[in-house]
Amino acid sequence: MMFEPELEGMSRLELEQLQLERLQATLTRVSRNVPFYCKKFEELGIDPYDFQSLADVHHLPLTTRQDLRDNAPYGLFAVPLREVVRLQTSSGFSEGTTVFGYTLGDIRKWSRLTARVLAAGGVGREDVVHVAHGYGLSTMAFGMHYGAETLGAAVVPVSNGNVRRQVGIILDYRATTLSCIPSYALYLADVMDEMGVNRNVLPLRWGLFGGEVWSEGTRETIQERLKIVATDNYGVSEIMGPGVAGECLERQGMHINEDHFLAEIIDPMTLKPLPPGEIGELVLTTLTKEALPMIRFRTGDLTRLLFEPCACGRTMVRMERIHGRSDDMLIIQGVNVFPERIGAILVETHKAEPDHLIVVDRHGGLDRAMLLVEANMVAPDQIKAQQKFIDLTRQRLAMELGLVFEVKLVERSTIAELQTGPNRVVDRRKF
Amino acid sequence: MLILKNVDIFYSRVHAVRRVSLHVNQGEIVALIGGNGAGKTTLLTTISGLLRSSGGSLHFDGQDITRLRPEHIVAAGISQVPERRLVFKPMSVEDNLLLGAYQRRGLKMRNQIQQEIRQVYEMFPVLGQRRKQSAGTLSGGEQQMLAIGRALMAKPRMLLLDEPGMGLAPALSQMIFRHVVELRDAFGLTVLLVEQNAKCALRIANRGYVMETGRIILQGSSEELQLNRDVQRAYLGREVEQQ
Repeated sequence: MMFEPELEGMSRLELEQLQLERLQATLTRVSRNVPFYCKKFEELGIDPYDFQSLADVHHLPLTTRQDLRDNAPYGLFAVPLREVVRLQTSSGFSEGTTVFGYTLGDIRKWSRLTARVLAAGGVGREDVVHVAHGYGLSTMAFGMHYGAETLGAAVVPVSNGNVRRQVGIILDYRATTLSCIPSYALYLADVMDEMGVNRNVLPLRWGLFGGEVWSEGTRETIQERLKIVATDNYGVSEIMGPGVAGECLERQGMHINEDHFLAEIIDPMTLKPLPPGEIGELVLTTLTKEALPMIRFRTGDLTRLLFEPCACGRTMVRMERIHGRSDDMLIIQGVNVFPERIGAILVETHKAEPDHLIVVDRHGGLDRAMLLVEANMVAPDQIKAQQKFIDLTRQRLAMELGLVFEVKLVERSTIAELQTGPNRVVDRRKF
Repeated sequence: MLILKNVDIFYSRVHAVRRVSLHVNQGEIVALIGGNGAGKTTLLTTISGLLRSSGGSLHFDGQDITRLRPEHIVAAGISQVPERRLVFKPMSVEDNLLLGAYQRRGLKMRNQIQQEIRQVYEMFPVLGQRRKQSAGTLSGGEQQMLAIGRALMAKPRMLLLDEPGMGLAPALSQMIFRHVVELRDAFGLTVLLVEQNAKCALRIANRGYVMETGRIILQGSSEELQLNRDVQRAYLGREVEQQ
């Protein structure tokens, strides 16, 4: 079901006209009302009105989280504070405070966009939506809450504490929809096991998950354990919060609400636009935000855009699940490598994600990449099976990344010894 | 139906309209609001071909009308109702209406045109009562009806209305706006409406664009625009009311 079928299914031609109109109006407003952008356009010698088509968007300057911090709290707002009806802040980022404002119009639009995401994930008027995101300064809970109400569903604003009580509430209120971060869903499933809840009496049907990076494997586990249809959705607080993109029931990537957000993929190092279909950093421009418009905001999230038409009938472009953060990107032999992508390739190849570690060093000026994989994937005495595992992994990595890794099977303890930080990378190169 | 992309217009030496993009879908009423001198009328006059754009493109129903002559634009299906309801004052009401069908003149058309004049009289009975009177003797509201009726005689699919409520008593201008909605509902007419009276215009429009000094600064559904504080303050007089 589409919440706004006439918009979600509009032709690409109509969409591009709408995007152009909205982008031009946004540029006019920011260059009049936001000194930061006014100055930036002037410095770069950009005339925001000299704008012929959407393809010109990459001439505009990028906006970063640092820009938001430098101008905190209200420096980037395009309206006076008396027109702002809500202030939120980002989850996850601790360096300095940033504040995101919404006008009444922004809140209405936000509600409709999250309603689209919920409807795409299967939710309808009859559903009871259990929102287990933390209610507070972060945008997830309120975004999904308003969306569910706008859709006409019943919202249970549980927030994220007291997990045993949550299980009771799901059963008692007959919640049909769970909205939370994916790891919380797994936690709920564990607690249900502890409590001896019979899975077959669970009223849940739909799960809408967002707010953290998760994998296809985790989706399968959640769907299996909670007996629900799990969809991915994507939000960025700086841009709006949830409601930026959401999966339909095809579960082949998240439809970006392109009538409100203009999406680009850039190379995080060169900052140049990448050809369609390549993995890079997602850059978003708001097209309708009133209080805090963002021009080419660097989300730091890595994904690729899927332009093929979707079976659901939505014409909005899809983005793949987030592959990771651009800050974590490695460049090995000139190839951009995202550590999360390697984990995903292991899952695709072997249907399991073994513990692993990427070790990069440099010999005679050449980068060398090594992948250490926990050995318990294969029985230790089966040399042939081990060799097959190694070959297959190496082939798949070479095919997907265009980079030859030396693959080694090691004990788990070896990985623990070598690991220096929380991520699965050891970079021994000296630059 | 109507798509404008990056339209630039110079009015004598003034850059009156800058990089304006807008669209009107089939069967929609779209309001173009903004203060005096924002460039609204200039834009409308350019759509009907009386002014030329110096950049950008205009498309109507897939046809490029950017460089089309006014009479060809009328033939394509766009009729403008000019500001201050410019009717031909010494001429009778009926002759004014006949002039509207000027492009379709011809022997075989006569019955057809008479039939259409009757339709206009049905919609605006007062015009029928005064069909022999010269247009100059009509009241402001009646002249506005005549101007709309005359535009309809060209059998347009799209109507460009320039300040239909200007200088009319509130009750009269509201009646004119009601007629605009009727035209859309009964004949499937698409309407682009220029108005300084944002309140009335947004009440009947599906969507709107707000122009300021030659540029579009806001666009959205009528509901969204009515909620917008900038629009309220600048064009709806909301805060003045509250104080």
